[in-house]
Amino acid sequence: MYVIICGAGKVGWNLARELLAKDQEVTLIESERRRYLTVEQELEHAVQYGDATELWILERAGIQRADLVIAVTGDDEDNILICQVAKEKYLCQRIVARVNNPRNLPHFKLLGIQPAVSATDLILRLIEHEVPQYGLVHLLALEEERLEIIELEVADGAPAAGKRVGEVTLPEGSLIISVLPKGGGGIVPKADTVIAAGDEVLLILDPGLEPAITAQFSPNGRG
Amino acid sequence: MFVLIVGAGRVGSSVAKKALELGHEVSVLDADPLSHERLDQGAGESWEDRGGLFTVGTALEVDALVEAGVERADVFIASTNGDNTNLVIAQIAKKRFDVPKVVARVLDPARATWYAEQGLETVCPTQTAIELLEQAAFA
Repeated sequence: MYVIICGAGKVGWNLARELLAKDQEVTLIESERRRYLTVEQELEHAVQYGDATELWILERAGIQRADLVIAVTGDDEDNILICQVAKEKYLCQRIVARVNNPRNLPHFKLLGIQPAVSATDLILRLIEHEVPQYGLVHLLALEEERLEIIELEVADGAPAAGKRVGEVTLPEGSLIISVLPKGGGGIVPKADTVIAAGDEVLLILDPGLEPAITAQFSPNGRG
Repeated sequence: MFVLIVGAGRVGSSVAKKALELGHEVSVLDADPLSHERLDQGAGESWEDRGGLFTVGTALEVDALVEAGVERADVFIASTNGDNTNLVIAQIAKKRFDVPKVVARVLDPARATWYAEQGLETVCPTQTAIELLEQAAFA
């Protein structure tokens, strides 16, 4: 796989390092002269000097044959532009963009730059995971497919506690895909798998069904 | 017409003043409060007294664009000092806010050409300078 990474900051440099260690072909592009010289000490010919938002710099790096373009500069407008030309001008199949300011995320979406990764969002996700509110954690949002996967802890006295998977009242468009008993070891459940209080369950669902689902796993059926 | 100009450098501020003279309603957005001076320059009255609007804010912030009136703009001019900023905000004005007339200043001829081919109106001062110099030197 040939990967072009734009921006040799901490993220870009380490990504390049990891991908090279996995025997991928990588070109890293850095526009700041001193940073380039520092990175070049280690990565040698795998790093090129130049502004990756200039088309000839991308062409010099061989964007026509790139399988993946990753834009991780510190400027969101630069990341948007790089991904937009990679995708629309050079018909690169896969792009990944870094969102520095989460408030700019709608711009990435508007211009079709997906996936766009925001560190703030990732950390928020982790916080949600460590400090779940209402016991519900968003594990994965498949935006294109309009599906999401959530994790819930089954509370004492919840309508679902003690029931078989097949008996839990769930809204149309949702499905229990795993039951994780307290002691560890997840199972892919059958209709007769019994859910106990304290278990965690994973569900796949259409976005927006969370309140109806939460109700089944909270004490006294409160959402 | 309501004209929104983002970026009040030499170019943006001159176009803004011209638009005001022509009788348009003109709003200017710039991240630097001091850029306001360029709008006052050469006129007896301040920019606001002449009827102009001025907002301090970052071009990529939707709140700033809305405060500057992007929702009712008939013309949107992206003239900050960053090509990529201009290209991105021009597309936001066009696709998100449906501004009928959008123009972006892009210094790099390659990017200006490609985005123009994609249907975004771009103005490339570098290309203009190249042509004028060629004419002056070799015509």
